[in-house]
Amino acid sequence: MAKSETPLLDELEKGKWPSFVTEIKKAAEKSPMANDLLHQLELSYKDRIGHWKHGGIVGVKGYGSGVIGRYSDRPDLFPNVQAFHTIRVNHPSGWFYKTDALRSLCDIWDKHGSGLTNMHGSTGDAILLGTTTDHLQTCFDDLSEAGFDLGGSGSALRTPSCCVGPGRCEWACVDSLDLCHHLTMNFQDEIHRPMFPYKFKIKISACPNDCVASIARADFSVIGTWKGDIRIDPAEVEAYASSDLNIQREVCDLCPTRCMEWDGRQLKIFNEDCTRCMHCINLMPKALRPGEEQGATILVGGKAPIVEGALLSWVLVPFMKLEPPYEEIKDLILRIQDWWSENGRSRERLGELIKRLGMRTFLRALDLPATPQMVKAPRTNPYVFFWPEDIQQEVK
Amino acid sequence: MPTIELAGKTYEVDEDGFLEDLDKWNEEFAQAYASTEDIQGTLTEEHWKLIHYLRNYFQQFGIAPMIRKVCKDNGIDMKKLYELFPTGPAKGACKLAGLSKPTGCV
Repeated sequence: MAKSETPLLDELEKGKWPSFVTEIKKAAEKSPMANDLLHQLELSYKDRIGHWKHGGIVGVKGYGSGVIGRYSDRPDLFPNVQAFHTIRVNHPSGWFYKTDALRSLCDIWDKHGSGLTNMHGSTGDAILLGTTTDHLQTCFDDLSEAGFDLGGSGSALRTPSCCVGPGRCEWACVDSLDLCHHLTMNFQDEIHRPMFPYKFKIKISACPNDCVASIARADFSVIGTWKGDIRIDPAEVEAYASSDLNIQREVCDLCPTRCMEWDGRQLKIFNEDCTRCMHCINLMPKALRPGEEQGATILVGGKAPIVEGALLSWVLVPFMKLEPPYEEIKDLILRIQDWWSENGRSRERLGELIKRLGMRTFLRALDLPATPQMVKAPRTNPYVFFWPEDIQQEVK
Repeated sequence: MPTIELAGKTYEVDEDGFLEDLDKWNEEFAQAYASTEDIQGTLTEEHWKLIHYLRNYFQQFGIAPMIRKVCKDNGIDMKKLYELFPTGPAKGACKLAGLSKPTGCV
């Protein structure tokens, strides 16, 4: 048997999971770009260093983002990936595509690029991997013709993303799909023309299960929630009781605030202690439903650990009704971005800026009141410091 | 090292066409380069104002200014900036001003 040219990468094909190496090898049979990519990656593993140069500035007319320049630092060995730019394509809300849309995307990419895609990147965009500078504008023109647009990159508003929401899920407290689409259309300038100190991400989950992990991954997190009591269907509770589910052990005892009681016949919920974690609803979906008055909690500041450490978003607005045309949330986003752009240092995320200048400064700039829900982590003290003049008033 | 020939002179540039040596820049370079960044005809006074602003800022601080600062200091908005430099301030304006490639997050 012939010796493999990519022994290190072959290791990544072992095991029961799909492998990106297998996919690149398949593409390499017909694409010289994919073939050079495969061998450059093998060399990167061998040398223990990435063989892409740092950065690259390429683009299409009128847009400052959406294309990421990539150049090989070994074009002598791998001439077909000398330039291997990435194009980000704005995905539809909730990633709902018709198959013909996916086919047209693939056809365009076979024509202009390596044919390799990453469906999807962590921001949410459809990622088209590897093309040359002279193909960028024509590829963009073909994408536009087919109804696609580019996503955000660089110090811009990144393509907003959301969970499948009411499209597939009965727990949706807000129409995440519609809101995501509205925000995308409303903030076109901010997506395509980088103007911020650094990246800004908006993610929308329609219920507290937070399926797009907006709390950990977005500067501006929208998480569906409800006011009032969890709705209970007693007949269905009884049905669960006579099934394999142990309501006491699996539902009540694992409730983080212990706000439920089960006496063997009736389930009681002390809603004032509920933190809407969704645990009970997830376990008893036929018996329990979110309350009737629905909206979303707005949180800010989440980010991954680049430059400074990771942050989880924290509450800014405990409850906001979200209905078209969504003026209130759009206005809030604008005011936040304006304050951040005015005060942020280069490469300072919103959460880092709020930490640096203080929550009270941020709240004063936005003209929002400090509320008890603004805590660093659940069940800790609020950390908003009062202004001296406010304390003076209290003394009087 | 890639090179580019503009108005009879040869310049060393990086793979994206950014000038390697800030001091090799001259106005003929910017004018001759403009058409590759989708600017038709002669550079206007508004173009030159921005180009010189970028160069001064870069010489002073060693980095390109943030976009908001560019707009504020020059009394223009993003729309105007993209009208002047259709390929964007980072790619178009900085390249014509002879700045080294702005670094940024993808």
